[in-house]
Amino acid sequence: MLIKRKSGEATRTRLQAMANGLSSGVLDRRSFLTQSGLALGGVAAIGSIQLGAVRKAEAGPVNRAAPVVIKKNVCTHCSVGCTVTAEVQNGVWVGQEPSWDSPINRGTHCAKGASVRELVHGDRRIKYPMKLVNGEWQRLSWETAINEISTKMVEIREKSGADSVFMLGSAKMSNEGAYLFRKFGAFWGTNSVDHQARICHSTTVAGVANTWGYGAQTNSYNDIRNSKTIIIMGGNPAEAHPVSLQHVLSGKEINRASLFVIDPRFTRTAAHATEYVRIRPGTDIPIIWGMLHHIFANGWEDKEFIAKRVYGMDEVRKEVAKWTPEEVERVTGVPGEQLKRVAQTFATQKPSTLIWCMGATQKTVGTANVRAFCTLLLATGNVGSQGTGANIFRGHCNVQGATDMGLDVANLPLYYGLVEGAWKHWSRVWEVEYDYLQSRFDEVPAKAGRPARTRKQNMETSGIPSTRWFDAVTMPSDDVDQRDNVKAMFIMGHGGNTVTRMSEMSKGIERLELLVVCDPHPTTFAIHGERKNGTYLLPICTQFETSGSRTASNRSIQWGEKVVEPIFESKDDFEVIYRFAKKLGFADKMFKNIKVENDHPVPEDILREINRGGWSTGYTGQSPERLKAHMANQKDFDLVTLRAKDGPAKGDYYGLPWPCWGTPDIKHPGTHILYNTNLNVRDGGGAFRPRFGVEYQGKTLLAEGSYSLGSELTDGYPEFTFGIFKRLGWDSDLTESELATITKIGGNAVDAVSWATDLSGGIQRVCLKHGVSPFGNGKARAIAWNLPDPVPVHREPIYSPKPDLVAKYPTRPDARELRMPNRGGSVQKAAVESGVAKKFPIVLTSGRLVEYEGGGEETRSNKWLAELQQDMFVEINTNDAAERGIREGQWVWVKGPESDSKAKVKALVTDRVGRGVAFMPFHFGGWFQGVDQRAKYPKGTDPIVLGEPVNGVTTYGYDPVTGMQETKVTLCQIEAA
Amino acid sequence: MARMKFLCDADRCIECNACVTACKSEHDVPWGINRRRVVTINDGKPGERSVSMACMHCTDAPCQAVCPVDCFLTTADGVVLHNKDLCIGCGYCFYACPFGAPQYPKTGNFGSRGKMDKCTYCAGGPEADNSPEEYAKYGANRLAQGKLPICAEMCSTKALLAGDSEMIATIYKERVLKRGYGSGAWGWKVAYRETIAV
Repeated sequence: MLIKRKSGEATRTRLQAMANGLSSGVLDRRSFLTQSGLALGGVAAIGSIQLGAVRKAEAGPVNRAAPVVIKKNVCTHCSVGCTVTAEVQNGVWVGQEPSWDSPINRGTHCAKGASVRELVHGDRRIKYPMKLVNGEWQRLSWETAINEISTKMVEIREKSGADSVFMLGSAKMSNEGAYLFRKFGAFWGTNSVDHQARICHSTTVAGVANTWGYGAQTNSYNDIRNSKTIIIMGGNPAEAHPVSLQHVLSGKEINRASLFVIDPRFTRTAAHATEYVRIRPGTDIPIIWGMLHHIFANGWEDKEFIAKRVYGMDEVRKEVAKWTPEEVERVTGVPGEQLKRVAQTFATQKPSTLIWCMGATQKTVGTANVRAFCTLLLATGNVGSQGTGANIFRGHCNVQGATDMGLDVANLPLYYGLVEGAWKHWSRVWEVEYDYLQSRFDEVPAKAGRPARTRKQNMETSGIPSTRWFDAVTMPSDDVDQRDNVKAMFIMGHGGNTVTRMSEMSKGIERLELLVVCDPHPTTFAIHGERKNGTYLLPICTQFETSGSRTASNRSIQWGEKVVEPIFESKDDFEVIYRFAKKLGFADKMFKNIKVENDHPVPEDILREINRGGWSTGYTGQSPERLKAHMANQKDFDLVTLRAKDGPAKGDYYGLPWPCWGTPDIKHPGTHILYNTNLNVRDGGGAFRPRFGVEYQGKTLLAEGSYSLGSELTDGYPEFTFGIFKRLGWDSDLTESELATITKIGGNAVDAVSWATDLSGGIQRVCLKHGVSPFGNGKARAIAWNLPDPVPVHREPIYSPKPDLVAKYPTRPDARELRMPNRGGSVQKAAVESGVAKKFPIVLTSGRLVEYEGGGEETRSNKWLAELQQDMFVEINTNDAAERGIREGQWVWVKGPESDSKAKVKALVTDRVGRGVAFMPFHFGGWFQGVDQRAKYPKGTDPIVLGEPVNGVTTYGYDPVTGMQETKVTLCQIEAA
Repeated sequence: MARMKFLCDADRCIECNACVTACKSEHDVPWGINRRRVVTINDGKPGERSVSMACMHCTDAPCQAVCPVDCFLTTADGVVLHNKDLCIGCGYCFYACPFGAPQYPKTGNFGSRGKMDKCTYCAGGPEADNSPEEYAKYGANRLAQGKLPICAEMCSTKALLAGDSEMIATIYKERVLKRGYGSGAWGWKVAYRETIAV
């Protein structure tokens, strides 16, 4: 019997009317154009109910007799960065062809990528600006909407302060859009500017950057073809990054590599593994330390690598010694022999790579998990060469780029931080007075025993993470460490069902004075909670209706060209941000060096400004011209090395993966593999970045006897400043104009001008000349003394199914982090004392489906995708189902331990999840606590498929470093409905 | 003359459904009709494997044998097409097909199903190549443009192969030799009365 998750044929009747656009009653403009253009019976096809033959050309065939224009853009779903080749006729996207030349996807797509054409035909998009008036949606003009929203924002600012407006940006923005949005936040005067990375890989960025310098994937999807051992832990790329599997499976086949999947769930990825290891959710650190236990006990570690390039491994050994195979099995459920086999293969069958995703990051111990993962790579010498590395698969199409652009509460663009030097750097790039920027920030009064903050102190204080925005609305003002509570949410491209504790969020959303949702679709924000007034919906187009660059997971930057004009009344991010800035009175300053045509900032010009300021991360060499040349000459790039063998981009790595040092005209090729000492820095080589000083507790933090190929300095060295240049005599290599810029920046502290602040690029240029890495040559840190738990330690989840283990491995005590209290310690203690694990005995975890993405509004509105997944479900183990009398396909209640939360979903009875574990996908929304909310959407914008959000039943729990939420381990009970 | 076939390498198929939505987009296939779908066996258990299924364009196609109005035709390339003007929606082909390929726009008994629809190997129908009439009834005709079926061209892991029989069999054999395992060309025995010996 053939059984599958969606059991056979698609339901024909229930959602068919929805898919045919009957509920919208609106013909989409694109279809109309095509139909008219091709004279296929014209409007007869409108809203067709009859399905005779194939329904007559809704979008139409390509008219082969007329000219077709080919446009290249990039898929707007996951981070793999598949090129999309669009055929356009008369301004209508009529066909999609395979993008054979792209070295990343080589013509292929997944279900989402193959259906992106629907996005610009979709009649379920928001068509014009709307606002909620006494519970009814009313149409209004763009001008009125911008005027009303701006007036309200200023009112809130005057009454409660700039920090009371929370700016939530998006990983769906282009780099240029994300950069503008961060800049907009800076000019508005708040650091509460966040985006999906918070709930995605924020802990990876923090953990990895604190280990070896930069928070990003070290190698690339393509490079996995070189691996001999592959571990995928806490990730399901077969569903989340399907095209990456092309490279993973090639590596597995060509090298006959071992592919281990370590996961609580036997995923579709696990189905292709050479060995699957099932673990108890939330026990990643014991697994890694358990592997290292075998590695250290047998001497399989890479001693030379550790001696030359790693700091603090001895501290790790002490912690690892506690994790005997018996204790690991007790905590994780994995037998010692199996883990020994995995450890031995990983340490000895090299090169080995470790791939992780949300399973590692979305935890209260997310940052610690990631650092343990890095430590395993360091101990086995698997960083900084082909086939190795931390291949961190990021989530959204531009989550890497948006993170780089500083949509983060603790950073300005390109990871400059929030310190005075960072603000001064960007005020120089923007040519705006530092004092003006400072004047935009709030003064914070003394509260609840905490000292007051000046404007300067406040501009240097991290904002509130997106996981806590609703707590910042509802908590007593004294608990929120800023002038006043959050009063307004300004959201551009972020789902409302992606953050945990939605029952609490309901209260927050109801108390907001202003809610602005800028998006192609209404998102759950528009319908969640009982709001009657003060919600605005602004139609934003997709990236296919505008131009800009996006950074794939492997740091390759790809330029997408506009395929069609924005549909209906939608506008792109650039124009909307500009018009708000204009209305709020700072457009002249904010767009001083960016060309604006008819209220539309030119994206190429925005990228040029990023190039002028992005020294710290090597975002300086990727000019729009170079990026466009890469897209035009994709065929020249090698599948495995990603390097162009020929053509105008010869020698470059595809998409100039950052760091791409110096100005565009010195033609640095980009860096395919980070920290790779086997190459000259000029060819994309590098070393670990010493970010934490040159020594700690009397031991050097600089590399010993390790340096990149061709380096004139043959040992470790710190980051380069003008002062060091003078000591080396390299200052004479600088040109006069470079010297002039450095002198101007430095003022009376010219020696401190560094590779990251020198706007001339001279320091980086001269570094390359001498074959040295501008940021220095240091050791990676196995111990991060600036973080909680300098050596990662196991801590049970807040809601642990094993209360007996909580005593030995408790979560961290309560603390204040990122302007908010984190009461994880109290919550865990109360849960143990009240016996939650008895009443809610099943561990609940969550994840992705291949057909949908993120909060899912866009993909659930796409008829080609929606047909494939029509119901929200919970995967429940066969035994657990039998005990509860639950049959396959029946309705069940999943109940959470907080706020009497519950979700009504269908049961999928399967051994894919182990006994005592349940899984729910996170893409659904539009139902809440058993109630269908379809009527609350503006007419014609409701997604085809609605369902319960998993976050209706998820619970408390935040990572101490980044405020990451806990979505992967909580408890629940399941009952037949 | 080429003999066009499909081959799904089940050791590569990850059930990403690209083939399904690519087909939907290319031919604007309506909701409820699935010219192609992905079938998974041992779902959630060790040994789980998926195969992408559509009309296999069989040798001596059973649908053709049972059709009372003789609406099927096999092209010189071995592609099995049908004529919707002749089709009476009787459903015989559905019962004859070993792969469940024929689809009907309506559900009901006795001729109320509407005209049968199925995978055309992206080769349209009997109308003039790439004419609006052909598109309206059968969807795009990629073969006439020198392209292969979009499902195989866009397959995320290159599991689904389409093209000349000899060529795709060679690709598959090379893969099996290199990686050392292969679960066989699923459906070939039934559709083409042959297997791929490695």
